[in-house]
Amino acid sequence: MLANSESGYGLVSVLLHWLSALLTILLFGVGLYMVGLSYYDPLYHELPEWHKSVGVVLALLSLFRVVWRVLSGPPAPLAEKRWQGAAARLVHATMLALLILLPVTGYFIVTAEGKPLMVFELTLLPALLELTPNQTDLVGRWHLWGAWALIGLAALHAAAALKHHFIDADRTLIRMLTIKGQ
Amino acid sequence: MKTKMGYAFSMAVIGAALLTSGLVQAADTYKMDTKGSHAFIQFKIQHLGFSWLLGRFNTFEGQFVLDDANVEKSSVKVDIDVASVDSNHAERDKHLRGKDFFDVATFPKAGFVSTKIEKTGENSAKITGDFTLKGVTKPITLDATYIGGGKDPWGGYRQGFEATTQLKLKDFGIDYNLGPASEVVDIYISVEGIKQ
Repeated sequence: MLANSESGYGLVSVLLHWLSALLTILLFGVGLYMVGLSYYDPLYHELPEWHKSVGVVLALLSLFRVVWRVLSGPPAPLAEKRWQGAAARLVHATMLALLILLPVTGYFIVTAEGKPLMVFELTLLPALLELTPNQTDLVGRWHLWGAWALIGLAALHAAAALKHHFIDADRTLIRMLTIKGQ
Repeated sequence: MKTKMGYAFSMAVIGAALLTSGLVQAADTYKMDTKGSHAFIQFKIQHLGFSWLLGRFNTFEGQFVLDDANVEKSSVKVDIDVASVDSNHAERDKHLRGKDFFDVATFPKAGFVSTKIEKTGENSAKITGDFTLKGVTKPITLDATYIGGGKDPWGGYRQGFEATTQLKLKDFGIDYNLGPASEVVDIYISVEGIKQ
């Protein structure tokens, strides 16, 4: 039920996948929108706080995803062609890497001058190291480019899933929507 | 306007200097002590009209030529690394470095070069010069005051000044809306120069 089986995904993997997808899209949209807000917008302070807090939640979720992948490996691959399997694995690995790297860069933007990162006005993540202004701006650009890369790969990933579902008529998409764990 | 008496006095000073040293040493060059951080460029701007926000530029270099006998012949030059803006808040500083404000990627340097110095009192002067920020160069005037000077305990010779001015952000292409109370920024400069 919880863990993945040879033929399908368990509840944990399915929940992690769709929750990650939802939070990634929300964080991307809010992130792009919030940096364009005027100073007098009521959400000028609120959205960045939300982005940081939810970003930390997604970071923890992604770390757990890595652990879960080790504990409960994915079901047997569906791909018929070898290049399809390799492409899928490359895209999945890159997306997971970005899901870890994006919050790390975000953390360094917030803590660049030694102040802690506040999560839901409760917990403080202390600053580990101070960055120079140039380093901070560089990390900021990585955060933006990384976000676009993640969304681009996610779009490719979704397009591939839809292609498998509607054109190849195989179980790729169904498999992530049904729980067949052990 | 310089008086005849003042002119005669200047000549007398220069003459005395010539006699005592055998050299014409009309003016000395001083390097601002940014290394020892006895030089500050600070700014303050209203926040919503409710309080003052303070910040500074951490990295800059400057020098002045001080002509004691003829202050009008003195000059000053400062080069500021704009990316070093520091308002004690990482995300605000990042915003200030960005396109909404200083756009340091395109305009990394700001600077001031004096063009005219007018003595206004015993220890005060108006320093007019060209100030460059965000690629815009405009004349501004600093109200400067002499604080003190003399031998330091380590074998050097120092002179110190403070100066204030006000800048309109819009004059330098910064039109991000911070509200009507926050269109003008006050600049405070305190520098100590070491004689070269």
